[in-house]
Amino acid sequence: MAAIFQGVGAAAALSSSPSNSFDSKKFVSSPLRKGASFAVVRSDGRVNLNPKGRRAQQLISNAVATKSDSAAASSSSKPGHELLLFEALQEGLEEEMERDLRVCVMGEDVGHYGGSYKVTKGLAKKFGDLRVLDTPIAENSFSGMGIGAAMTGLRPVVEGMNMGFLLLAFNQISNNCGMLHYTSGGQFTIPIVIRGPGGVGRQLGAEHSQRLESYFQSIPGIQMVACSTPYNAKGLMKAAIRSENPVILFEHVLLYNLKERIPDEDYICNLEEAEMVRPGEHVTILTYSRMRYHVMQAAKTLVNKGYDPEVIDIRSLKPFDLYTIGNSVKKTHRVLIVEECMRTGGIGASLIAAITENFNDYLDAPIMCLSSQDVPTPYAGTLEEVTVVQPAQIVTAVEQLCQ
Amino acid sequence: MNSASCAAKISTQPFSLNPTSPTSHDNPLVFPKPTSLFLGSTRKLRLSSSSKLNLHRRSGTVVAVSDVVKQKKSKSTPSLLITKEEGLELYEDVILGRAFEDMCAQMYYRGKMFGFVHLYNGQEAVSTGFIKLLKQQDSVVSTYRDHVHALSKGVPARAVMSELFGKTTGCCRGQGGSMHMFSREHNLLGGFAFIGEGIPVATGAAFTSKYKREILKEADCDHVTLAFFGDGTCNNGQFFECLNMAALWKLPIVFVVENNLWAIGMSHLRATSDPQIYKKGPAFGMPGIHVDGMDVLKVREVAKEAIGRARRGEGPTLVECETYRFRGHSLADPDELRDSAEKAYYAARDPITALKKYLIENSLASEADLKAIDKKIDEVVEDAVEFADESPVPSRSQLLENVFADPKGFGIGPDGRYRCEDPKFTEGTAHV
Repeated sequence: MAAIFQGVGAAAALSSSPSNSFDSKKFVSSPLRKGASFAVVRSDGRVNLNPKGRRAQQLISNAVATKSDSAAASSSSKPGHELLLFEALQEGLEEEMERDLRVCVMGEDVGHYGGSYKVTKGLAKKFGDLRVLDTPIAENSFSGMGIGAAMTGLRPVVEGMNMGFLLLAFNQISNNCGMLHYTSGGQFTIPIVIRGPGGVGRQLGAEHSQRLESYFQSIPGIQMVACSTPYNAKGLMKAAIRSENPVILFEHVLLYNLKERIPDEDYICNLEEAEMVRPGEHVTILTYSRMRYHVMQAAKTLVNKGYDPEVIDIRSLKPFDLYTIGNSVKKTHRVLIVEECMRTGGIGASLIAAITENFNDYLDAPIMCLSSQDVPTPYAGTLEEVTVVQPAQIVTAVEQLCQ
Repeated sequence: MNSASCAAKISTQPFSLNPTSPTSHDNPLVFPKPTSLFLGSTRKLRLSSSSKLNLHRRSGTVVAVSDVVKQKKSKSTPSLLITKEEGLELYEDVILGRAFEDMCAQMYYRGKMFGFVHLYNGQEAVSTGFIKLLKQQDSVVSTYRDHVHALSKGVPARAVMSELFGKTTGCCRGQGGSMHMFSREHNLLGGFAFIGEGIPVATGAAFTSKYKREILKEADCDHVTLAFFGDGTCNNGQFFECLNMAALWKLPIVFVVENNLWAIGMSHLRATSDPQIYKKGPAFGMPGIHVDGMDVLKVREVAKEAIGRARRGEGPTLVECETYRFRGHSLADPDELRDSAEKAYYAARDPITALKKYLIENSLASEADLKAIDKKIDEVVEDAVEFADESPVPSRSQLLENVFADPKGFGIGPDGRYRCEDPKFTEGTAHV
């Protein structure tokens, strides 16, 4: 196998730097903008042009570029400001609430308490108790209320204190949120954002450690995105609020205190796009949310061992960005999915199906998927640790895949 | 209208005593026949004295209908509850509701519509009594028994019939069907198949009304939302959760319970520990009213007060309308459980017969006027069927169109283009 060494410096540290997003914009946007084809060096040394050839691509202008490409330039000219992920979410929310009076927040303890993870801190003081509404503990009903408000002209952001609580709102999210636009024949739009922290935390117990992305993914009519850095947290929050579609934004309990420097100016992250975290040549690692950090940790080890993994944070859990993913598969021919969902019926399972369906010819090995064990998350720390994928497992998997 | 029969009962205090439970603890499987308790009990529910009308918290804006009628009749010149114009409007609406539903049954058995179709025969007084008081900007939220709510709100009969036939000219382009009637123009927010799931949506619409007034500074926004649902729904969590939130935030909403005593085959009395639903309002801090739902004018009087309360910003009201469906739960229901004596009792209280009698006895309309309306409605319904018959079925291209308001939601395909840009998308054959 032709081993191509990349600079060790390309591996990102646990707290992601803006260069990740800078890379993603630079990497993804140029082939599309120029409609260029690229050469695929196959493992037997043959060189094929991109089988699809050149395409005259009439793109929707913001298909890949975030709000302005100058954001990329700006990270070098303007210093930006540093903040934690929950503050980035709050900033995004606050900016959108200032920009559009119709944006409002509903959820338990979002107002006076400032949110159980402080995402809505200070907003009730600034915007009042009606715009930042403290609801009683009635998820199904206040989610439905948010949907009714969205149908009649508002743009609510509904918070599930923990994503798991939104299981109680499944009726409203599935039947009304996802389907009303269709069953009304397009008459009513539901520009709602449903967000909250999920994922396995530190010994929070089984019910507070759920990953709802796998349960919601079949619902037609909704989009799902997962944020993982302060940059994309703010960008996705803003994009989700501005979107006319219902969007579910998955945050992670353990990522709220990540620090990053983000641009000062207004920007959004495209809801349908994946993020290139680390370009590479040997293997494509697809991941999202917290597992991104386990992957990057494993990447450090892998680079030291001579591997060159390409890491993509898929970000858009529904729909998948098959372009970014496909390009990567066509380049590396090996895919490893690292996710925190359960194995059965999870995002990884869907992703395997999508990749196999579309890119089977480009694969040199079966797709590997590392997911959490199909086990209710135990309370004991030692057990909890082994239910989620750890960096060592990722290293082993890549070694196995690249044999 | 005969004020001696069932009057409106108001309750503003929490019901502190448990009524004698109809179930016997010795033999918990024995339940009384529904005919015995509720039918005769309308007389027991009537207020015994007007002193009970002293409303403690909510001001005396809600009164017993029997008193309103008594007051009006006590004036020297007999004054009526409605004018001639209003009377004819109400009559036309109830006749439209009845004729339309009868036609639906015919069309169903002829194979023009399919699935679950729930007809409203017998309950017209509730829809007409309430909805004819609304403005266009007011919202209505209903359940699967929504054809007549749609018609009363102003959705053209043609659009409803086409929707039932699954044609593209239907109010929801044929994508909703019988249980999902929506109209943006007339502010009909659905049409929901699961019971109870429309109530939070209605609460949201009322929330928007309050938000518009207070945040968006549309000072004259006094839009009211009506949520219609049945007796079975009143045992569902969403009902109680929304009563709480609506009262908490004083939302401009009226919760209208169409208590027809039956949830498919489950009698209300077998399902509910305290069958008097209106008494559940005060537990949440809103007035609860019980009204004879077979009587358009009584419903209308109560509706005026409840809608007025909401418009003035005084908060929600719970109105329980005692009504009855003459047909089965749906066209697939053989309707074998209900006692024929019960059916006969309510058939004798047909809202259309009663309204007709009132209009004629009080010289508001002549037989000829009413016959003319009957004929007009027959024509409207015939025309609706013709229109629906001739309308085209949705083409394949419609399949993917309304899944997302922003079709970019289907994502980016392997070739880098958004899937919605694929020409096959508009043909309905794109791989999404």
